[in-house]
Amino acid sequence: MQAITNQSTATRWITVCALNDILPDTGVCALVNNQQVAIFRVGEELYAIANYDPFSNANVLSRGIVGDRNGIPKVASPVYKQNFNLATGECLDNAEISVPTFSVRVMDQQVQVGATQI
Amino acid sequence: MAKQNLVVIGNGMVGHKFLDRMIAKGATQNWNLITFCEEPRVAYDRVNLSGFFNGKTEADLTLVEPEFYQNNGVQMYMGDRAIKIDRDRKCVTSANGITISYDKLVLATGSYPFVPPIEGKDAEGTFVYRTICDLEAIAAYAKTCRVGVVIGGGLLGLECANALKNLGLETHVVEFMPRLMPVQVDDAGGLILKREIEAIGVSVHTQKSTTKIVSENGRVHRMTFADDTELQTDMIVFSAGIRPRDDLARDCDLMIGDRGGIVINPACQTSDPDIYAIGECALHQNQIYGLVNPGYVMAGVAADNICGVDSRFDGADMSTKLKLLGVDVASFGDAFAKTSGARELTISDAIQGTYKKLVVDETATTLLGGILVGDASAYGSLLQLMHNKTALPPHPEDLLLPPRSGGENALLRVENFPDAAQICSCNNVSKSDICNAIRDNGLTDLASVKQCTKAGTGCGGCVPLVTDLFKAKLKQAGIEVKNHLCEHFAYSRQELYHLVRSSVSSQGESQQIHTFDQLLQRHGQGKGCEICKPAAASILASVWNEYILNPPHAGLQDTNDAFLANIQRDGTYSVVPRVPGGEITPDQLIVLGEVAKEFNLYSKITGGQRIDLFGARVDQLPHIWARLIEAGFESGHAYGKALRTVKSCVGSTWCRFGVQDSTSLAIALELRYRGLRAPHKIKSAVSGCTRECAEAQSKDFGIIATEKGWNLYICGNGGMKPQHAQLLAADLDKETLIRYIDRFLMFYIRTANRLERTATWFNKLEGGMEYLQQVIIEDSLGICAELEAEMAHQVATYDCEWKATINDPRKLQRFRHFVNSDQSDPNVIRVEERGQLRPAYEHERQLLTIGQP
Repeated sequence: MQAITNQSTATRWITVCALNDILPDTGVCALVNNQQVAIFRVGEELYAIANYDPFSNANVLSRGIVGDRNGIPKVASPVYKQNFNLATGECLDNAEISVPTFSVRVMDQQVQVGATQI
Repeated sequence: MAKQNLVVIGNGMVGHKFLDRMIAKGATQNWNLITFCEEPRVAYDRVNLSGFFNGKTEADLTLVEPEFYQNNGVQMYMGDRAIKIDRDRKCVTSANGITISYDKLVLATGSYPFVPPIEGKDAEGTFVYRTICDLEAIAAYAKTCRVGVVIGGGLLGLECANALKNLGLETHVVEFMPRLMPVQVDDAGGLILKREIEAIGVSVHTQKSTTKIVSENGRVHRMTFADDTELQTDMIVFSAGIRPRDDLARDCDLMIGDRGGIVINPACQTSDPDIYAIGECALHQNQIYGLVNPGYVMAGVAADNICGVDSRFDGADMSTKLKLLGVDVASFGDAFAKTSGARELTISDAIQGTYKKLVVDETATTLLGGILVGDASAYGSLLQLMHNKTALPPHPEDLLLPPRSGGENALLRVENFPDAAQICSCNNVSKSDICNAIRDNGLTDLASVKQCTKAGTGCGGCVPLVTDLFKAKLKQAGIEVKNHLCEHFAYSRQELYHLVRSSVSSQGESQQIHTFDQLLQRHGQGKGCEICKPAAASILASVWNEYILNPPHAGLQDTNDAFLANIQRDGTYSVVPRVPGGEITPDQLIVLGEVAKEFNLYSKITGGQRIDLFGARVDQLPHIWARLIEAGFESGHAYGKALRTVKSCVGSTWCRFGVQDSTSLAIALELRYRGLRAPHKIKSAVSGCTRECAEAQSKDFGIIATEKGWNLYICGNGGMKPQHAQLLAADLDKETLIRYIDRFLMFYIRTANRLERTATWFNKLEGGMEYLQQVIIEDSLGICAELEAEMAHQVATYDCEWKATINDPRKLQRFRHFVNSDQSDPNVIRVEERGQLRPAYEHERQLLTIGQP
């Protein structure tokens, strides 16, 4: 598993779970500094975006189905099925909407989320 | 022989079409093709310009494939305008100072928008509407405006109004004539058109002659009219007609018409035989053709003649069909009944907002022309009738009205057109051209047909006809229309099902397809998506019936399947235990009540005779189910595309009219098919007598008791498009009944599309009920033994999904909101209503969260 290391130097990493706690090609929701962060394991990569779905106004994105659209990794909201780019948080079905993203990495088989929002 | 120089001035739609024709003819062997393009971009679709404000990009509008000119050796001078033609020295000079000699010259300079000589016409805030540059200027200025006016209610004017509306402006159209589109539409049609356009929020002012444009602070502020009224506006776009761009031709003394336009002969030659003129700059028999199709025809004629092929332009059909501001408008042939003896037949429907007029000859046997407003769906077919002089039916109005006896009007079906019928007039493609292309190249998708024949790539008006023809041809050839599941699988659901199903009998476990990854690896690409993953999960379940939350399957499931419950709008779930046949003991009822009370769940009776408990958080689901399973309940699969319920009446057990024990049968059937996953949900019911209290005829399969046995009805549903089930077989004994249902369900699972209920599936099935009876009863396909064996496997491998889940601590890990905390989602807020809790609405939520940190 390749660690993603695009964090700024000021990032404080918070361990949220073991990598094995996330089934391949699914997501979980972690509570990080009172924010709900949806963390997805897609193939060899990890992604983290906000758990809040702006279309249904519910905290559900971690429960969406992951996959890709033309190679772009994405998750489909489980409520109304809008797709979000996992890398950038952009909604692929409505260019005006996006959700926040977070940095995430694996250290010693533990999943860590960057405490400062990108 | 050395190549000769062919220079084309103008790279608009017609200029490009000409080059395209020359290249297609192989003329680059003999000619150096050189073109000047004044605009900073190559030819684009000017007809659909307003699409630019509706999400279309420059790339969508362009008519020239990237590198097309380079690859074909066309020398293109982009952004350089030809300014002088020297006929003696036979050369053209451009604004950038380039001089090129020509052997033949083609003028495709087009037209410019006519701006009436109104006082104040050059004020800041006035525009014309012709090029992408114009559009960009309009869009930029509109940002500072609230109101916009289009002067001119013709075809382009309404297109332009559409553009302003898309920019978010309050939009007005001002027309000098008493009606909109005066060239194409008559008074009655114009009235309907005006009403329809006003209905979508564009104000129309007809019979208004603008006298003055008044500015304030250097910007357009209002306009005044001859009748002393006025209109306030922030910007004005002129679209009051076009004038041919003939200045270059004038300067070199080519023959020009009295009111402008470069005079051409039928070969499209100007008064100088080495110079041709095509498109909107050309004047043919005193007429300028302001439509693209005649320009395309001229381009072809000029190309032919330059290549030494005799070809004539003898005027062009001005028939046109457009969608303006969402309103269909079509006008064809002799729309104003100018032919002597012509008679008119009109149907004006102010309620539907449609106006339809046919112009027929004296004897009412031939169609001469017509006008369609509001609904132009018949345009393509009517045009064919007119062009082919097909004899009209005894009641020509039938062509405009829905069919009298249910059947379609056969005269209007593309299959029945003559082979020579011109389907696409923009590119002159006949029915036989399309049929031959499909046959010779083995085309199996519409895009290839369009690409190969160019049909439907001009105005697009013939696309429905091309589509119908394409489908009819494929059907004739016995080819199925392509129906790919998504970008990850170039297969339909049926094909994927077959791939998985046929892997069952393959030698060795390694060849079998048990997981999505195996399916993707062997038959797909990419990572999958929310379309193919649940579809594949359903197929795998229908074939192998493995526990759906096993690690390879868990990530494929929609959230309902993933948490074995139904997600609600606040992200919590509802719980529906199975209540077979709707029969429930008082003790079970008490347990449901206790559970609902303990977890504070909202309770409601469902339409399928069960009880739905709403508002369970993910972390509560396993606790709720532990209680329910202990009391003997099992999963109801309300969350799955699977068998839901078999509803029943009490039948002969209690009812004085009942003739059979419907409840017992319903319970037996529900237990037999529970957990069966299918392309969509499956509902059933059993009624104990002909009074049909269980509403079996609205179900995917429904059974009604008779004195002699059971009648089996299939393929009904309620919902969005209710449809009655139809009788498959009558007076069956229980064993035969179950055998037929087994076969029916498995055949549906094999052949339906994803998310296709049995009713929709049935409606598409060639041969209808007779065919299904042959397959299911007479075993005409010889597959009934397979279907029964497949169902037997499903029945034998059933396991309650909730029981399997709460017995597996690893599975339970997923039933928590946070992976790193036992807190629940603080965003879930409840309000009490009629003694129960429901999710707060957004406005209540705001009130309730005031004062909270």
